[in-house]
Amino acid sequence: MSDWSIVALTLRTAALSTMLIVPPALAVSWLLARHRWRGKSLVETLVALPLVMPPVATGLILLHVLGRRGAIGGWLHRTFDIDIVFTWRAVVAAMMVMSFPLLVRAARVAFEEVNPRFEQIARTLGASDARVFATITLPLAARGIISGMLLAFARAIGEFGATILVAGSIPGRTMTLSLAIYNLVQLGRDADAFRLLGFAVVIAFAAVWIAEVTTRRR
Amino acid sequence: MSVALNDIVLPLAHFTLEVTVTMTARTTGLYGPSGAGKTSLLEVIAGLRKPLRGDVSIHGRIVNDLPPRKRRVGYVPQDDALFPHLSVRQNITYGGAIDDAVIDVLDIAHLLERDVKHLSGGERKRVALARALLSHPEVLLLDEPLSGVDSELRARVLEYLVRIRDEFPIPMIYVTHDLAEAGVICEEVVMMEKGRVVPST
Repeated sequence: MSDWSIVALTLRTAALSTMLIVPPALAVSWLLARHRWRGKSLVETLVALPLVMPPVATGLILLHVLGRRGAIGGWLHRTFDIDIVFTWRAVVAAMMVMSFPLLVRAARVAFEEVNPRFEQIARTLGASDARVFATITLPLAARGIISGMLLAFARAIGEFGATILVAGSIPGRTMTLSLAIYNLVQLGRDADAFRLLGFAVVIAFAAVWIAEVTTRRR
Repeated sequence: MSVALNDIVLPLAHFTLEVTVTMTARTTGLYGPSGAGKTSLLEVIAGLRKPLRGDVSIHGRIVNDLPPRKRRVGYVPQDDALFPHLSVRQNITYGGAIDDAVIDVLDIAHLLERDVKHLSGGERKRVALARALLSHPEVLLLDEPLSGVDSELRARVLEYLVRIRDEFPIPMIYVTHDLAEAGVICEEVVMMEKGRVVPST
């Protein structure tokens, strides 16, 4: 199993995870930023939970929910013959759950910073709610959303605790960068671990740096 | 052509807006000190604020339950609220196709490809006016159109407003705290104080 294939698997799953959480995260963060509703604080707490819970505990919950006997996992297995646990899909699922709160937080702040004045004026000019969102709210919040996506991506790359429970550490299938580093250290192959560490540092540095640059005010 | 407000009640921070007034002139000035509730009243007409009770009718049509996008009002707020991420052209065509008559009257042809961040106060105001006009409103709501404009340019912007009044048959409600300014552009003036219309004597 080469370094490159480990890096490729990690980047691919993290990118997919980030893409998949964008629509729900934008919907939740927009509702949190722009509306008051019953159960809002409950949703806020639930969304933040993966940030504060031990990732291993989140992983254990996922293992039960996504396993063949779990609510979601069982349904997927019966209906589509798709298995989640101990496949690359579980890697993506763990990454999604762990990075979702980061994107919601960033997008919420981004939406809150959009002056409602612009949205109001757009409405007086005849724009529907959907058009206002697509042409005014979203572009004005784009910078914050993109930086949130990069942070979520970086968090997904580093995901360990939940992943190892729900996806295992199967070389070539579910062994991401973080899992591989841990594995190599366990085996006493420190030199190999350090080489992978180099990749991890470069990827994390690039993601955070791009996030910084995109959020900087012109 | 008229905008009528009947028994409008809207609680604000320091007083309650309570207004009954019918504005039938081509140009009606809404005059009063800052904080008299003039902007809130415009927002009620535009549908951006929902009054506790009362009816708003524009040219005889009761619009209480219409959302802002269906009210056909051209609202130009005090701060212009030009969309900062769009060019001048994209701003003015947001609500309707470009119309050379509007471009000519407001003299903004040379600004179309500019970034709105690089406009002067007077230019911003003209672009905001064009944007409102191009959406084919049935009434123009202008909130202190001279407020963000340098004092030496005010006379020029006022000229543009007079030209809009004379070239386009759209009734205007013109909020100002300057009676002289209202005198130049308005046929009638409604005075407001602490959320109420002051009866003219």
